[in-house]
Amino acid sequence: MKRPLNPGRIVAWAVLIILLIVTLFPFYWMLRTALSNNTQLAGHPSSLLPVETTLGAFKRVLGLSTIEEAQAQGGSGASVNFWLYLRNSLIVATITTVCQVFFSAMAAYAFARLRWPGRDKVFALFLAALMVPPIFTTLPNFVLIKNLGLLNSFAGIILPGAFMTPFAIFFLRQFFLGISRELEEAAMIDGAGHARLFFGMIIPMSAAPIATLAILTYINSWNDYFWPLLVGQQENVRVLTVALGVFRSQTPQGGPDWAGLMAATLIAALPMIILFLAFAKRITNSIGFSGIK
Amino acid sequence: MTAATNAPPDTARSHGEQAPKPAKRRRLGDLKVAMIFLAPATLGFVVFYIWPTLRGAYLSFTEYSLLEAPKFNGLDNYERMIHDSFFWNALGVTVEYVVINIGLQTVLAVAIAMLMYRLTKSITVRAAILLPYLVANVVVALVWYWMLDFQVGIVNQGLTWLGIDPIAFFGDSNWAIPTVAGINVWRHMGYTALLVFAGLQTIPSYVYEAAEVDGAGEMKTFWRITLPLLRPVLVMVLVVTMIGSFQVFDTIAVTTQGGPINSTRVIYYYIFERAFTRFDFGYASAMAMVLFAILAIVSLLQLRLLRAKESDLA
Repeated sequence: MKRPLNPGRIVAWAVLIILLIVTLFPFYWMLRTALSNNTQLAGHPSSLLPVETTLGAFKRVLGLSTIEEAQAQGGSGASVNFWLYLRNSLIVATITTVCQVFFSAMAAYAFARLRWPGRDKVFALFLAALMVPPIFTTLPNFVLIKNLGLLNSFAGIILPGAFMTPFAIFFLRQFFLGISRELEEAAMIDGAGHARLFFGMIIPMSAAPIATLAILTYINSWNDYFWPLLVGQQENVRVLTVALGVFRSQTPQGGPDWAGLMAATLIAALPMIILFLAFAKRITNSIGFSGIK
Repeated sequence: MTAATNAPPDTARSHGEQAPKPAKRRRLGDLKVAMIFLAPATLGFVVFYIWPTLRGAYLSFTEYSLLEAPKFNGLDNYERMIHDSFFWNALGVTVEYVVINIGLQTVLAVAIAMLMYRLTKSITVRAAILLPYLVANVVVALVWYWMLDFQVGIVNQGLTWLGIDPIAFFGDSNWAIPTVAGINVWRHMGYTALLVFAGLQTIPSYVYEAAEVDGAGEMKTFWRITLPLLRPVLVMVLVVTMIGSFQVFDTIAVTTQGGPINSTRVIYYYIFERAFTRFDFGYASAMAMVLFAILAIVSLLQLRLLRAKESDLA
């Protein structure tokens, strides 16, 4: 497929490279700013390297520096503790992912491998839920969580997403459908029940798509903002995205703590970037397959 | 990642021919086991999807401040909406956002997909282009909020260097919506490009070979062959991205918060404000209902107008 370089191809490559630079530059700028001394930042706004390279901003947002140190480097001095928010995000994303993927796999098994009257109608109903815009169900869900007394609790943040999403069931059902019947029947003849079939055969055979779904679910859950903003404002359950919003609104109008803000955004983004780098191929290939067939 | 496509009929493939079984067993099949496997998902579905959908519809006909029980007030909320200039402003702003966002994003995504298709199959390039999509909206918004800062943002530094006056991207009411739309284009264009890229790979190569034999140029091939054959994929991409685009919230919540002078108060943000800062839940639910209806109509229209289901390859 190698074609000779002609002027058209050179221009095409140039455009693609420019697009890649536009895509990647903001990530570098985040890092460059986070490693700068905030008081000196305004003086060298276009310096491509960090201004007075320091880890001060990271220490500041992780609550590791004293108020005097923080203020000396242009922080607001308000106490922030991104360790806590990092922990909260980990708890929320992990529990959501484990529960959602497991329960959705169970449901997908019932829709793909079992035969019962009304199955396809029930499945269609589950899929129809994809059409309802989240804000429509969010308002009553908020009322429900509030009435249950679960505002500002992990349970309140996690519950609505813990049982299923229509997408997860749809995604796994597609894979479960493709597993051959013969294997299943052979196992059945050997006396395996449905629980053993599900845990011993279907799940191991679908390990790859289940892992892909789990990664995507984890990323979505980690990045979610709207729901945790509504039900998880208090510091002890505040997740990273919500904390970033709060940090940004606390920042003084005159001289915002840009270095601190960028350090905080990096802390929020880095786990997902690492997860992505580790599974780049799997995630990239899953797009297109899962979206449109 | 959320497009619901019609699953293939699975009866033949997954079930095979079964030996005849006693009548009752055949009628109910694996119902008992299925109920166990479905129990958790059904619980979540009923409690957090079905019930709130019904309740949301009901609340839209009530006055409800969260403090006392909802009071039925018929169509009052909907009447109020007709006279609420903020509501119409929010709709207008949202449409402006969607047009800029989807227009720019679709053109760029098709361009990137074509470039990747013709130049490289490298997984690294694809991964790099996807990277912004994996970072939270809030993070993306804040990074650009900093880069587009009026005084010390790198973009305005660049503009000054080029001899252009700095632009108040978030502070100027004419610029605010295009800015927010552009930021979200940056986040989503790679993802959309990969969807289009997957679509490009379904076009068989003999079509291109035939075009080449007939002497069609690069441009002609794109307009006459690639684009028409890509149409079913493009329609699905448009429906999915447009539904998402109507629901823009995060970016605005952490940057402009509806300002300056209401210029970025999109419908999602307005609903949020009504519900959670003024506790006007009935009215907010009614607006959510209208948004729901708009999204349904927009998707149906797109599918109809662009004849999504027919493929020109058939």
